[in-house]
Amino acid sequence: MQRLFRKIYYGDYGDKETGGNLHAASSSVSSESNWPLWEVFIRSKQGLDHKHVGSLHAADAQMAIENARDVYTRRQEGISIWVVESKYIHASNPDEAQSLYDPANDKVYRHPTFYELPEELKHM
Amino acid sequence: MELEKIFQDKIDNDSKIEPKDWMPDKYRQTLIRQISQHAHSEIVGMLPEGNWISRAPSLRRKATLIAKVQDEAGHGLYLYSAAETLGISRDEMIAQLHSGKAKYSSIFNYPTLTWADMGAIGWLVDGAAIINQIPLTRCSHGPYSRAMIRICKEESFHQRQGFEILLTLSKGSNEQKAMCQDAINRWWWPSMMMFGPNDDVSPHTAQSMKWKIKRFSNDELRQRFVDMCAEQIKFLGMTIPDPDLKWNESKGHHDFGPINWDEFWSVVGGNGPCNKERLEARIKAQEEGAWVREAAAAYAEKRKNRNTLKVA
Repeated sequence: MQRLFRKIYYGDYGDKETGGNLHAASSSVSSESNWPLWEVFIRSKQGLDHKHVGSLHAADAQMAIENARDVYTRRQEGISIWVVESKYIHASNPDEAQSLYDPANDKVYRHPTFYELPEELKHM
Repeated sequence: MELEKIFQDKIDNDSKIEPKDWMPDKYRQTLIRQISQHAHSEIVGMLPEGNWISRAPSLRRKATLIAKVQDEAGHGLYLYSAAETLGISRDEMIAQLHSGKAKYSSIFNYPTLTWADMGAIGWLVDGAAIINQIPLTRCSHGPYSRAMIRICKEESFHQRQGFEILLTLSKGSNEQKAMCQDAINRWWWPSMMMFGPNDDVSPHTAQSMKWKIKRFSNDELRQRFVDMCAEQIKFLGMTIPDPDLKWNESKGHHDFGPINWDEFWSVVGGNGPCNKERLEARIKAQEEGAWVREAAAAYAEKRKNRNTLKVA
């Protein structure tokens, strides 16, 4: 069985302790519970879409929603909460943004300002 | 080294470093330490104020104090989440706190002796924290900077709540005025120490600045704090317990007296009035809450199995 090592140094806490090697992935089994990580998306009362506000660990979806309410909605009203386990989120690579979105860059005709029309023309 | 160059270019261009980006081991290590200790500070920071929730003088004071303490819990969560993106688990961080390996802001090792301490903490401690935290909203690490933006938005009511408490006391009876001044006397110097050692004895500052983890030096931020408080205290009719505090016209700043660095290092090293008590409270909370975590996991497992059986 392969073991994955990720080196994490703790060097100089207060300059007195020495660093240690720990093999740990962030999903290592904890002594008591193994709560997955959830991403939280919230739509405010006036909002049109859900925005990503942060993450939390919870045992299941219901607990994730209740905790999301406690932690991320202390100053909002009339909201909708989505929680998704982080492992189900797939993201594009920001470094490839340039090439990924390149096809859109030269199509300026998708913008209304591309079209020149008489100023007197109304309601368009 | 190519990766190193790409990394430093990102920083120099004020781009954010995100979880999947390559970063030097030392950058990762420094951030794990700084963010986790910041998170620990928020959680431990709930304790000195939690002490007075049951004895707040009015319902309004009680409600606002509870709201502030709730916010601190939330701040701890945002910061633990940011630290976890760097490859450390929550359990590891908690274990480091409980073993004494990780530190938290030593301001929280002082006791809250009177109700006026709630005002002094809100005004001085949160005030110092805000000065520290606003530059961090622009630090190079994406998750840390976003956590700080959220925290700073929530922090501003904390300081106003504290100052309002002191303002009310300062207009009260002689005993209340004396209590107000006494709290300021006890919390002033520890708050000044929150900015850390002087620049000339802070070896990590240069590297942290190059990596845009730190944007201003300890002494610069401390000076900002002094100038701000020296003006604000005039509204209270109280005095800052520093006989050397004086406006310096040529510098455009206030001069102030020497900090007792022996006290600072002693408290950081574990000998403050409440170090032991704070750690015991955290360990107790973790141990006594174990059954809740186990029950939640067991319940989730049970429900999952029940659904699997239904489908079968």
